[in-house]
This record gives sequence, structure tokens and C-alpha cells, in this order.
Amino acid sequence: MQTKRTIFGNRVLPYALLLPQLAITCVFFLWPAGQAFRQSFLREDAFGFKTEFVWFENYGKLFVDPQYHNSLWVTVVFSIGVAVLSLVTALVLALAVERTLRTARAYTTLLVWPYAVAPAVAGILWWFLFNPTIGILPYALDMVGYDWNHRNSRVDAMILVIVAASWKQISYNFLFFVAGLAAIPHSLVEAAAIDGAGPLKRFFTIIFPMLSPTTFFLLVVNIVYAMFDTFAVIHATTEGGPAQSTNILVYKVFEDGFIGLNLGSSAAQSVVLMVIVVALTVIQFRWIERRVQY
Amino acid sequence: MSAIAIRGVRKNYGKTEVIHGVDIDIADGEFIVIVGPSGCGKSTLLRMVAGLETITEGTIEIGGRVVNRLEPGERDIAMVFQNYALYPHMSVFDNMAYGLKIAGLSKTDIRARVGKTAAMLQLEPFLDRKPRQLSGGQRQRVAMGRALVRDPAAFLLDEPLSNLDAKLRVQMRLEIKQLQQSVGTTALYVTHDQVEAMTLADRLVVMHDGVAEQIDTPMAVYARPATTFVAGFIGSPAMNMLPVEAAGNLGLTLANGRTVKPRDIRLPEKGRKAILGVRPEHIAPVSGANADLELDVVAVETLGADTLAHGRLAGAADGSGELVARLPGSTQVQPGDLLPLAIEPGMAHLFDAETGARLAELDLPAKAARAVKPLAEALNA
Amino acid sequence: MVENRPLLNLLSHLVLIVGVVIVAFPVYVAVIASTRGPTDFMSGLIPLLPGPHTLENYRRIVFSGVSTSGAPPIGMMMVNSLVMALAIAIGKIAISITSAFAIVYFRFPFRQLAFWMIFITLMLPVEVRIVPTFKVVADLGMLNSYAGLSIPLIASATATFLFRQFFLTVPDELTEAARVDGAGPMKFFRDILLPLSRTNIAALFVILFIYGWNQYLWPLLVTTDTGYYTIVMGIKRMAEVADAIPQWNVVMATVVLAMLPPVVVVVLMQRLFVKGLVESEK
Repeated sequence: MQTKRTIFGNRVLPYALLLPQLAITCVFFLWPAGQAFRQSFLREDAFGFKTEFVWFENYGKLFVDPQYHNSLWVTVVFSIGVAVLSLVTALVLALAVERTLRTARAYTTLLVWPYAVAPAVAGILWWFLFNPTIGILPYALDMVGYDWNHRNSRVDAMILVIVAASWKQISYNFLFFVAGLAAIPHSLVEAAAIDGAGPLKRFFTIIFPMLSPTTFFLLVVNIVYAMFDTFAVIHATTEGGPAQSTNILVYKVFEDGFIGLNLGSSAAQSVVLMVIVVALTVIQFRWIERRVQY
Repeated sequence: MSAIAIRGVRKNYGKTEVIHGVDIDIADGEFIVIVGPSGCGKSTLLRMVAGLETITEGTIEIGGRVVNRLEPGERDIAMVFQNYALYPHMSVFDNMAYGLKIAGLSKTDIRARVGKTAAMLQLEPFLDRKPRQLSGGQRQRVAMGRALVRDPAAFLLDEPLSNLDAKLRVQMRLEIKQLQQSVGTTALYVTHDQVEAMTLADRLVVMHDGVAEQIDTPMAVYARPATTFVAGFIGSPAMNMLPVEAAGNLGLTLANGRTVKPRDIRLPEKGRKAILGVRPEHIAPVSGANADLELDVVAVETLGADTLAHGRLAGAADGSGELVARLPGSTQVQPGDLLPLAIEPGMAHLFDAETGARLAELDLPAKAARAVKPLAEALNA
Repeated sequence: MVENRPLLNLLSHLVLIVGVVIVAFPVYVAVIASTRGPTDFMSGLIPLLPGPHTLENYRRIVFSGVSTSGAPPIGMMMVNSLVMALAIAIGKIAISITSAFAIVYFRFPFRQLAFWMIFITLMLPVEVRIVPTFKVVADLGMLNSYAGLSIPLIASATATFLFRQFFLTVPDELTEAARVDGAGPMKFFRDILLPLSRTNIAALFVILFIYGWNQYLWPLLVTTDTGYYTIVMGIKRMAEVADAIPQWNVVMATVVLAMLPPVVVVVLMQRLFVKGLVESEK
């Protein structure tokens, strides 16, 4: 691992400098993660009187639990929905901004601020807009003959959380797409134009392939976002309902462990989630390595 | 007292040794230039004196004190870096004052000393500016100022002029020399540029592959290079090197089978293989009968004052016997000419064919004095 | 832009305007709702034009709270949010910059291990270790305290890597010049490295302030005392009640106040914000 050519010789100082970070890491990250891992092999009654080592029983139960299957499926639909919706919208906006010259900065300012809005707040905002009795969107939908009700309809509830979660993420994707577009050599696009390629053809033959590293990176980031950071969106709006239709994995861990006090199952779910994060992180860092080699 | 003594110093990086035992004694107030090609270990040696690299073996003394285990800040030295290493967020004043502040000087003392140094370097108008608002030459001066203001036992300068354009470099070269002379502080200066080395140094250290090949005055290094490496490194164009075999009273047998008998030098015993070195400026065109060598001219460079004739020793096999002659600018010469040349008396150098070491036992004592004029010419080139 | 196509330019502007409207619409509706009286939401449609109750609504929530929801005044929640956001942003920057300094400028046994331990925190978001982390905080007696709200969140691999990356670009000669000038490691850190890191610190501060302010799950877990509620989590409690007895005007006023500080930070410091966002992903 890299250091400087000249380094300082102190023996104790580096440990002192690292101490706060490592202490917090150990106490609030590694230890709890280890506990979750241990707990996932134990069965404990809700009052903590009796603990029993049960090997993989918690995992076994989990993997045959239809509710868990449902949660996995819901997470997949939700993540893909959020990733696709927010990426496509952001890409269209980024391409449009690239064509405007003087006004680009103003548009950017007007488009990036939702990044600062808390996921919970984003959830509440859309929950209000989609309110079945007074919300403006159900009213509009009613006019085209759609009876919106996210309290009863599984599909409506899913759409609500996808829209709310995507709305907040557009600004992030937009900024990275703008940066990605700016990095495409101008001469390449000009050469294609001279060769007679129109804007649409240029997009599909040059711009989109050149953007693919950015797109892939954003895809991973958005999936991570949808899987973990959207807990607040769900909790503030549907609370996993109706009928488990928006009960994504992180919400289920919370519900089973913190509300339902089913510690063994919750711990096993935590471990599964950790495996997923590790996999996503590895993919993300692989990508960064490749980009560095460019 | 601020002499520097480098004794048996070695440096290892892991298992590879990059400095193989260097000894240099530097007198108080002396200006020493370490010169050599990149990778020869000259910067490493300087950084060991500064305390920025550990010393694997040997000792370094500054002002009579062994400094091996001292931090750079405790060694009473100041350093000028190739890229100046000015603190970008500090003004010129603060850049110069930083070391003094750490040393605990009072505000008035600091102001007085920075003011005096700034006046000496004509930096007064720039004291409030940040380094990025200065030109390359001004930055260089600030870097010098930062070293001067500390009034250290020694200046260490690591290629301080190589980021400047050619014209500024000549100007700053003179300035550095004058400054050093006026303050009389010992200086250790590293460069790969032989002109800088020759003009600045009281004594030169020519380094090659981690070894100090020769330590002497610039003139002595030029006139009596201790090895073929030094001979080839100092002087431009480089010294001609011709493999020869001693042929007793006939002189030396060249690769083309002819013999040559340089004057004012002893000859090795018959049969000994050696390398004959002759500087391009020490071979002159003569009439055919007096010629020591014949140059088969391949290319001609006219420089105005001089004309360089590049070619091969006539009759030598292809790819061997390369030869350059520096002729007066008025000489008429063309590619394809066969030029008869004579080696000036006392200007031949003989080196061992195996080790490349100078065969000093063959030198006659009078030679050094004669080198003076050609040296001045070589430097002007 | 390669060639001039007026129609395409027009389309671009159209797309952007629609985009801006979509992005802004939910917030517009919220702002409007916060200016209306409670009766405006009884039936029919969300109003789309401002009403006369702005001051009254905001004054009510900021100073006295909504009595029916049992929530404290929003003013207090905002103070809690501010304390938490600042503690997290400053704490993360402080411990990350010293960690990066140790890792880049020293060589010591277990350096690699320390680096990997910090790296691993990337893979352990709160969401995946809710119950055991809650237990640790409870056992340490940090529930319902500012320390409990902030300290467990201030380990940061991202910030450490950002500073590490930046330190690696600082020329070695600056360190050497400082050492020759007699500066020890901490002097060098304070006099040279910190001032040089100013922009990075500021950019990171913007991102981390938003991160801290927007925390939701964590305050939900560690606070039961309403005196430590943060505004972002507090909204939920109010909205829950509002669903039964719709007090949308005050809920939306709270929403507006909850997003105002981070949004203002982003808009005012857009350049730093973009820098922080893009660079912390490297």
C-alpha cells in the first residue's frame, strides 16, 4: 500500500491518530456485526431467558419462508424500478443540459437540490401527492379512469415507493451523467458528425458506449441506495404494506428484529444482507480499478 | 565550524545497495557540486546528509557533530528543492519565516531577518504574495531565501535550477555562486548538468553507480579524469575513446593497425591493452605527414566559433573507432573528406582497458597547467 | 454541441423545464399546503394556491408543537437535528483526516490491518446490524443522548479514503521542506496539511452535513425521549396522527422546515457540493 517517500518516524503517534476511528469501528461496527453473525446461529426466546445453539436452523427456516421469498422478490422489483426510473430520467436530463450552453448552470441548480432532501421527507411528499382522498395525482388518474389506492393495491403501493425513492436519486445520477458526458472527447463526436451521423445515431454509437462505465457504476450505486438507504421511504409511507407488498429486505430485518423481536431470524437476515453488500462493494471497487487503468 | 564529513556511507533499499561507500570531506565554506547521470545516487547522498533518508552504514558529520540519528530540523541545514517546495498557502514572508517560527525566534527577530534576506534577493515587493502569483525565477529566489534566512551550517541544493528556462538558469547560476560566496556558508549542490557543475564548484564530486569516481577541482577533473566514465561525462562533445595496444617504442597500435605516438606522456609496457582518450578540442588538423590519426568525416556541425567534424578513424572496422574533432570555425570540411589530425602534446589520456581507471603513473607532472585554456573554451561551447 | 439544430435545442429546453417542474412539484405542493388552514384538507383536492395561514402555521409548530401528536415543538427538533448533523460532519472529518494522516505519513506494524478495518465499515451499514448495534448503544447508556445520536455514525471509510487520496497528491517535497524547517508530524499536519485540505474539508462537510441531518433509522432506534427527537424522524410521528385527523398544513410546514437547511446548503455551496459528491466516490 502506498505511503510517502518521506515518512515520520514516531512509533506511538500513528496509533493515537487512528485510535478514535478504530475504536468506533470496533465498538459500533465490527462487534455488532460479529454479534449478528453469532446470533444467527442461536435460538433465543423473546425475553432472553434461554439461548440455544441451532447451527443453520435460522437460515434453513429463512430460506423456506414464503414471506422471505416475497421480501426478496419485492426488493428486486423495487431496486430495478428505482434504478431504471432514476437513471433514465437523469440521463435524458443530462443530455438535454449538454445541448444548452448559457443556461446549463441554472438548470443544474434547479435539478440537484433534491439530493439534500431526506428519504423520509421524499416519502412523505409523494405520500401526500398520492393521498387517495385529497391527493392531486389520484384525482388526475381518476380522470383517465384509474382508481388509485396505495392502501389496498399492491401495485399502487410499489409505484408510490419507487417514484418517491427515484425522485430523490435523480439529482445524484444527473450530476454523474453530466460529468461523464463532459469527459467524452469532443473531437470524437465531431468526427461522427462529419461522417454524417445524426444526433440519435451519435448517441447510440458513440455517446452511450462511452458512458457505459458511468452507467454501470451508477447502476451499482443505485441498487445499493435502493436496497439500504430507502428504509426511511418505506417506513415513512407504506410500512411494508399492504400485505407485505413493499416489505423490502432492510425493512424486514428491522420489523422482525426490532418490532417482532425474532432475533435469530433477524440476525440471519442481517448476515444475508452483509453478504449482498460485500458483493456489491466488490463489484463497485472492481469497476474503480478498471477506470483507473484507463 | 561547519565542515561536513561523509565517511564510508552506504545505502541499501532492501537487498540492493545503491550507494557503495562514499567518502567526502568538505571544508567550511566550500562549494561542493555532486554531478552524475540520473540514478547514480547523487540525490540519495544529498538526502542522507539532509536526514531525509536513513544511513545504512557509515557516518555523516556536520560541524564536527555526527548527525546520523538527528531529525532534518536538528541538523542545522537548509535545503533548496528542484520544484522549490514552497508552501502554497503561505505568503512569501511566511514561507521564509516558517523555520524561524518553529525555532522559536521572536516576532521582531523574524521580521528583521526575513527583511534582510528579502532585500538581499530583491524579494521585498513580493513578501505578501502567494507562490502561485510569482514567476519561476521569483519562486526560485524565494526558495533560496528560505534557505538563506535560516543562516544554517550548510546549504543543500537538489537540482535547484532544472525547472528554469535556459536563460534564467545562467543568470541564477551566477547569483547562487555570488550569494554563497558573500555569506560563506558551506554548500552541497547536486546536478546532472556538467556546465553548472564546472562553473559553480570549488570541488566536484563525479558520481557513477553509487560510487564517487573522482573528487577534485573542476579543472583537475577536466584535465586528469580519473576514469573513462569521468572522462566521458565531463566535457562536450565527450572525449574520444580509442582502444589501443602498446607497441613499445613505436607508440600505441590503433584498431586500424596504425600506430600513434602521443607526446608528453609515458607509454605503457609493450603488449599492454589500454584506452587512449583524446578530447575533440585537443586534436588539430595538420599536414598529412605529421598526422597521428586520420578522420573519415561522416557529418559536419558548424557552430560558428567551432566546427565539429564527426566521423570514424580511417580504416577502422564499421561501428568502431568513432571520432569527433573540434576545429576552428573557419575550417573547410565536408562529409567524405579524409582529415589528417594530430594530438596536442600532453593532451592524451590513457586508461586501463579492463577497469577504465586512469593510468596515472604515465602522466607527466607538467600537464595540469596546460589544460587551463582549453577548459575555458570547452565551457563556452 | 456539434451542430445547430433549433428544433433539438427547443426540445432540450422543453425536456429540462418539464424535468424541473416534476422535481419541484412535490415541494411546491408542500409549501402551498403549509400556508393553508386545517379545514382546506377535509375534502376534495389539495389546494394549489397559497393561503393566508403561513405565519400562524409556522409559529405554531416551531414554538409550541402539535399538541395532539405529543411531539415537542419543531424548533427543538431542529436544534437536535442541527447538533446531530454538525457532530456527525465534524466528527467524521476529524477522525477521518487523522486516520488518513496516520496511514499515509507513517509506516508501522498493523497499518494494513487498520486500513482494512476502516474499509470494512463500508460494508456494514446500520441497516444490516440494527439489533446488535442498538444493544451496544443501550449497554453503553447512550440511548437518548447526543452522543448516542452521533458517535456511532462517525466512523467513515469514504472520508478516510478521500483524504488519503488527497494526501497522496501532496508533493513529498513539501513534507521534506517542513522537516528541514524543523516541523514535527503534528506541526506539519496543522500548519501545512490542514490548510491545504481546506477545499476538501469544505466539500466533505457539505455532503456529511446533509448525511447527518437526513438520518432517520438511527434516531428512530436510539431516541424514545421526545426531547431528543430530530425533525426528519419527527415528521413521521406527526404524519401518523395526521392520517387520522388530517392536519396536513402543519405536517407540510414541518416537511418544509426539515428540508430547508440541507437544501439551502446545497444551493449556496453547489460547487463544493458537486466536488464532494463526485470525489468521495473515487
